[in-house]
Amino acid sequence: MSDPVLGVVSPVRLEYTFSAGRAQSRFLRGLMERRFVGQRCGKCQGVYVPGRGSCAICGIATDEEVDVGPQGTVTMFCIVNVPFAGQQVEPPYACASIMLDGADVALFHLVQEISANEVRTGLRVEPVWENERRPSMESVRYFRPVGGDHA
Amino acid sequence: MSETPVAAEAALTAPHVLEYAYTRSVGPVVGRFLAGLRAGKLLGIKTNAGRVIVPPLEYDPDTGDGLDELVEVGQSGVVTTWTWASEPRPHQPLDRPFAWALIKLDGADTAMLQAVDASDESRMATGMRVRARWRAERKGDLSDLECFEPEEES
Amino acid sequence: MREVAVVAFAQAPSFSPDAERNEVEMLAPVVREALDRAGLSIQEIGFVMSGSCDYLAGQPFAFVTALDAVGLWPPKQESHVEQDGAWALYEAWVRMQHDEIDSALVYAFGKSSLGSIRDVLTLQLDPYYVAPLWPDTHAIAALQARALLEGSDYTERDMAAVAARGRRDATIDELLTLPYVASPLREHDCPPVSDGAAAVVLAAGNLAREICERPAWIRGIDHRIEPQGLGLRDLARSTSAALAARHVGAGNGPIDVAELHASYTHQELILREAMGLGAGVAINPSGGALAADPVMVTGLIRIGEAASRIMSGEAKRALAHASAGPCLQQNLVCVMEAA
Repeated sequence: MSDPVLGVVSPVRLEYTFSAGRAQSRFLRGLMERRFVGQRCGKCQGVYVPGRGSCAICGIATDEEVDVGPQGTVTMFCIVNVPFAGQQVEPPYACASIMLDGADVALFHLVQEISANEVRTGLRVEPVWENERRPSMESVRYFRPVGGDHA
Repeated sequence: MSETPVAAEAALTAPHVLEYAYTRSVGPVVGRFLAGLRAGKLLGIKTNAGRVIVPPLEYDPDTGDGLDELVEVGQSGVVTTWTWASEPRPHQPLDRPFAWALIKLDGADTAMLQAVDASDESRMATGMRVRARWRAERKGDLSDLECFEPEEES
Repeated sequence: MREVAVVAFAQAPSFSPDAERNEVEMLAPVVREALDRAGLSIQEIGFVMSGSCDYLAGQPFAFVTALDAVGLWPPKQESHVEQDGAWALYEAWVRMQHDEIDSALVYAFGKSSLGSIRDVLTLQLDPYYVAPLWPDTHAIAALQARALLEGSDYTERDMAAVAARGRRDATIDELLTLPYVASPLREHDCPPVSDGAAAVVLAAGNLAREICERPAWIRGIDHRIEPQGLGLRDLARSTSAALAARHVGAGNGPIDVAELHASYTHQELILREAMGLGAGVAINPSGGALAADPVMVTGLIRIGEAASRIMSGEAKRALAHASAGPCLQQNLVCVMEAA
């Protein structure tokens, strides 16, 4: 008689209050001062940025804070060519894994002021900060090559 | 363990919304139940032992047998247990105080969860009869069945 | 059956909602305390198993970041269940039965305070027929409570007595004057919103004897599940808890202490009945889930608390119970003994 029912849409909406915890809060507050605050493990000396309060290798609390960067090196990258919902930057653009100087784990961020096809592993980069100072990763607008390092 | 002396600033918090509209395939049994709702009918499914399960399941929960024989059941039934929602929460079926109830429809052997628009808790009792209230516009969705209401009201 | 025992237990010092610590910060000291008590380093542990639920934080793969709290290097055998940590312990116990693994670390964590736990748990209900109505956990539990009251001799007074046992601030009569949250449930019948973490170390045979003066030997552990549909089962009874208790031989000897994962007062009445726990059994000396109910951790705490009574010498035989799903849908029972 009428069309069969093949599917239903079940909307889920849940509201949370995300808590960054102590270590990540200090990292986020550091961004307001245009600093990258990491944590060093007292045992293996590994430096995490952002710190989580614990060393993933040794399983012990990471208490010592250290400033890292602000410059760093691209260790991996990919070029995004595909548009998707919620995209903030017009493709093509480069997303890179960036090892800040003095850190042992990389951050993930955009690399701009360079054409996407010129981004390479080993590229030296520095942050470009937003004018507004907020305890958010969005305080870093993107990374760009240091001193015109496009070669 | 020793506490590290660190800045006494409170940890940062931020609102976080998890929102997603799952599109679920319903399969033939749930699909026919929902099509029934659209037609203003309530369907159950008959097990090999002759029990009628409402709302219908694909498999007999006792034996695991695949089930296929849909049967129409009554639009009224009996409350088997209930509670009172004095302050309805987001997404719930009614925005005024109502009862949640397990309702065994006439001709069914199991009970289903639904809201009962009873206006006051004193009107609710286990064993009371309630009947389905339908939406005028129906689309083949659980919300086609607006809620149940006490049967003595007419 | 290979002999396996609980040899160490640690839990968060407080289960009050804690916005100061994220999951890793909450979990790390608990894991270290459990390992310290066992006198084992993480490198010496054979298998790591955890239980948690990503929906509590609303973040996919939240459990992976929790590994940072453990320090799994060199890489270890590890697994996770999206379930209460009691089921993680069960998995670890099974692994220890089959593999040449002599020790396991089991942990669980959860912050129920991040979202509205009454609504978050709606997502465990039938996605076609029930979840679209968004009944909250108290409402669902209240249906069961009324089914019990009207299908047995129990009264609201019996429920209040369960709550009053764990508190000094109110008598049964006082509790019964309070308003309903979802009738017949009052606030004291419902669990508090809790954040927390717990960790247990399991060890087999001689290792257990070596590192623990009085290991809590697991003599039986089993879990059983019932159909999900609330209208398909008799909510006033727990057939699955009764079966699991029988299968682990709960009735084969006197039980000194039972830790029951009853998040609502009426559920304790149902469970005591199902498992045949009489007047001689000390029920929930820890305060139980009514004192603290960190979702995904509560069940593991029951095992840890019951084991602790044996490790301390207070009890010779203890029963621990964990529950999952709406209205005691799934039940795990573990019997532990000294020597």
